[in-house]
Amino acid sequence: MKVKMLSRNPDNYVRETKLDLQRVPRNYDPTLHPFEVPREYIRALNATKLERVFAKPFLASLDGHRDGVSCLAKHPKSLATVLSGACDGEVRIWNLTKRKCIRTIQAHEGFVRGICTRFCGISFFTVGDDKTVKQWKMDGPGYGEEEEPLHTILGKTVYTGIDHHWKEAIFATCGQQVDIWDEQRTNPICSMTWGFDSISSVKFNPIETFLLGSCASDRNIVLYDMRQATPLKKVILDMRTNTICWNPMEAFIFTAANEDYNLYTFDMRALDTPVMVHMDHVSAVLDVDYSPTGKEFVSASFDKSIRIFPVDKSRSREVYHTKRMQHVICVKWTSDCKYVMCGSDEMNIRLWKANASEKLGVLTSREKAAKDYNQKLKEKFHHHPHIKRIARHRHLPKSIYSQIQEQRIMREARRRKEVNRLKHSKPGSVSIVSEKKKHIVAVVK
Amino acid sequence: METAPKPGRGVPPKKDKLQAKSKKRRRYWEEETDPTTAGASPGPTPNKKRNRQFRPQRPKNACIPKKSRISKKPQLPKKPREWKNPDPQRSLSGAQDPFPGPAPIPVEVAQKFCRIDKSKKLPHSKPKTRSRLEVAEAEEEETSVKAARSELLLAEEPGFLEGEDGEDTAKIRQADIVEAVDIASAAKHFDLNLRQFGPYRLNYSRTGRHLAFGGRRGHVAALDWVTKRLMCEINVMEAVRDIRFLHSEALLAVAQNRWLHIYDNQGIELHCIRRCDRVTRLEFLPFHFLLATASETGFLTYLDVSVGKIVAALNARAGRLDVMTQNPYNAVIHLGHSNGTVSLWSPAMKEPLAKILCHRGGVRAVTVDSTGTYMATSGLDHQLKIFDLRGTFEPLSARTLPQGAGHLSFSQRGLLVVGMGDVVNIWAGQGKASPPSLEKPYLTHRLSGHVHGLQFCPFEDVLGVGHSGGITSMLVPGAAEPNFDGLESNPYRSRKQRQEWEVKALLEKVPAELICLDPRALAEVDIISLEQQKKERIERLGYDPEAKAPFQPKPKQKGRSSTANLVKRKRKVMDKEHRDKVRQSLQEQQQHKQEKAKPMGTWPSALDRFVH
Repeated sequence: MKVKMLSRNPDNYVRETKLDLQRVPRNYDPTLHPFEVPREYIRALNATKLERVFAKPFLASLDGHRDGVSCLAKHPKSLATVLSGACDGEVRIWNLTKRKCIRTIQAHEGFVRGICTRFCGISFFTVGDDKTVKQWKMDGPGYGEEEEPLHTILGKTVYTGIDHHWKEAIFATCGQQVDIWDEQRTNPICSMTWGFDSISSVKFNPIETFLLGSCASDRNIVLYDMRQATPLKKVILDMRTNTICWNPMEAFIFTAANEDYNLYTFDMRALDTPVMVHMDHVSAVLDVDYSPTGKEFVSASFDKSIRIFPVDKSRSREVYHTKRMQHVICVKWTSDCKYVMCGSDEMNIRLWKANASEKLGVLTSREKAAKDYNQKLKEKFHHHPHIKRIARHRHLPKSIYSQIQEQRIMREARRRKEVNRLKHSKPGSVSIVSEKKKHIVAVVK
Repeated sequence: METAPKPGRGVPPKKDKLQAKSKKRRRYWEEETDPTTAGASPGPTPNKKRNRQFRPQRPKNACIPKKSRISKKPQLPKKPREWKNPDPQRSLSGAQDPFPGPAPIPVEVAQKFCRIDKSKKLPHSKPKTRSRLEVAEAEEEETSVKAARSELLLAEEPGFLEGEDGEDTAKIRQADIVEAVDIASAAKHFDLNLRQFGPYRLNYSRTGRHLAFGGRRGHVAALDWVTKRLMCEINVMEAVRDIRFLHSEALLAVAQNRWLHIYDNQGIELHCIRRCDRVTRLEFLPFHFLLATASETGFLTYLDVSVGKIVAALNARAGRLDVMTQNPYNAVIHLGHSNGTVSLWSPAMKEPLAKILCHRGGVRAVTVDSTGTYMATSGLDHQLKIFDLRGTFEPLSARTLPQGAGHLSFSQRGLLVVGMGDVVNIWAGQGKASPPSLEKPYLTHRLSGHVHGLQFCPFEDVLGVGHSGGITSMLVPGAAEPNFDGLESNPYRSRKQRQEWEVKALLEKVPAELICLDPRALAEVDIISLEQQKKERIERLGYDPEAKAPFQPKPKQKGRSSTANLVKRKRKVMDKEHRDKVRQSLQEQQQHKQEKAKPMGTWPSALDRFVH
């Protein structure tokens, strides 16, 4: 007879001294882990609930401006530095770690319309209602020196926006026309126009650095190539576009913030159909900025809220609002991808987390592992109705909530009418126009 | 192994190459130390010459110029050989790894960890979804391989008992086994002589560390049976029908003559649950924190022990219930009835999930194995049957026992114990995943009283038998799973670990509504509601947004885009589509005919999957 009994030596399973860690032998045999799926589901549900519990995105409010904040700019080299221009012509430079204003400049008379930093981070440019473009040093003046711009260019018309080239000493302004300037000269290298309306914003493409995009009040978005003297092409939409922003990762993609409450993501090679229509705002969208990863963007709206959209989704994943925040004029996503800033009408700049429930600070390895595991579980079960409902729920101010309801009813009615028309007319005579195509009037080359 | 290098060809050039490499790295100031090393290692200078000869013969260098000359076909078999052993050649010490690369894994081990059914084809979906599914599948495969590889690290081997040539293991007595095994294992065999309050029901805790037993005449005790430390001993002064540990060894549910009582491990009565009266059998579902009770009044009641609420009270409409077991794989309760049927229950349904006619005459005992694949039943017709629970509840094997079994239980590794009168028989199968064969018993044992309760101890090769003469702890080599998972149920856990585990277990308590026959259904696509949603959407919109748009010919240049041409092209595509449709429908018809032609006598069986 041969016999062997299962006989464990307890020394192999119990820690030797109290100072040791407990021994935890693992066996991944599925029969020892029954109900794998239901348990994971419950874990995912708990993780989703905790995410909503910990969603406290508001970090700080930077106050100091004496009028509404009209524009914001990021420092290209320092994460902690932010520049802002106000409606009374004041420019302030902020330190985000200290959450304090470190420098104040009375830059213009009237609005500061645009502000941008040079790619090296040594100086920055501002344009204002006083028809000037000014270049300023990033460092403050020495003791006893006066605060003076490095250069001042006096123009003939009001400039409404400015953007700097990403690699060369060239910048572009917009107003009556798009001007491209060499930093060393006082006259533009070239001026480009297409139509006779005022242009509200101009942006350089961060990858294909010769490309520019601008949007004008005659409802169009115009693309330019700096190397040739004429514009490339333009697309005309239903309503005016306020700003555009290029995707920092995909050279040909840009997003336009429109007055008709929507944002449109375009592929510049095919302007006749936007890649995606992003609709969640209930009032005009005033500004948009991409995250450095190019996967998401943040938009600021006249409805007193900011929203974060994934590039490939038509609905927002997040909405931020506070009682005191008024119409949001400008918004920026910080270069470390972690925070979002917005400047609003009531003179404050607010700092938000880009991921509402993220824990700030250094994570231990166990925390990190738990976070990753929970993230994966949430991803795995995010289609389940119960989990979806919890993850999607956001509290909204009454005004926005009721407007959403109202617009839903209106949209429903419009669609019903369309369906009725389709139903009662000769087959083939009425075609359904998709939401994407609906808002594009024409593409001109 | 094919990857092992041949000493004749592979080794010497490699040595040279190594030295050549070290030569290459040597700097000019090291030239002076050369003579000393020359004394140690024979002939460095001729090596230099040889290096030059050998260098062009290095497989890499040799291959590159050839590539352009040789056609592609002969190159193909060469490539993998080069790729397979670059590492051993690069090792610093000069030693070669005879088994390069990751260890091979037997297919059946990886199969155990595989969670995706590869036989199912991926659904025909959009390219984005499809690629995501493919990535998920590849990930799944990788994790299963990794998990299978981690089996190497398991510390313990299962026990076994083998008779010497032709010796019947069933003839081996307990005393012989006790004599043959080590002292620690021998101490696991013991008898408790408790003739006064018998017959006894017993229950092991989930970690296998603690034992609780209750006698018909009111004797209730709990002990740490490994150290034989008594936790509590009380007399409830009432008949005890059944006893069961709750999620940990700190709580004890006792079905007494009138009500259900809950005691803690010191014997203090915590609760008396009057909504569960005249309970005959108890089952605890550890992941749902549900205590299922079957009563004389014919009700199956689920009590949530974490909040103290009754989740469901189901009327089985089959008279007195006294045969109950749980399926550990899906937490479905199996009830045996006096009309020979076994019914399967979940708290989410008022009606049984399934009813299986098992015996002619009443069912006396039911048990389900730990993988949820096999169910063993015994009835008043003296039959012992084993059923397959996957799909079609078909009997796999049956056997008539002289007395008929009154008690059945499966062990973790699939041994089946049968209690008949005062005899205990144990039947074993071929391996862990196979049903026990009912040809010949593995072990038998005669007790001093009639069997009243049976359970294999988890994670120990021990069978606990409660009978009219007390409690017997038998040694059954090979019964238990040798390697436990420390985070799931750890027999050696400390108090702190138990407390932490308790909190975690409560946080991930599975709701009672999720109990169903297939616990993995939650992770599958809900096709029915998907179709429903699609239909509703089409109705709401008034058209199908996913419908294929009719073919529109692209405009062509140089006069080829005339109206006649366009119509012709359109017609061509339409005709092709039509032909495809007809062909497909014809194929479907033919298939349908073939299926019908199959003989009606052959029922689809769960074992069909092994035929291919």
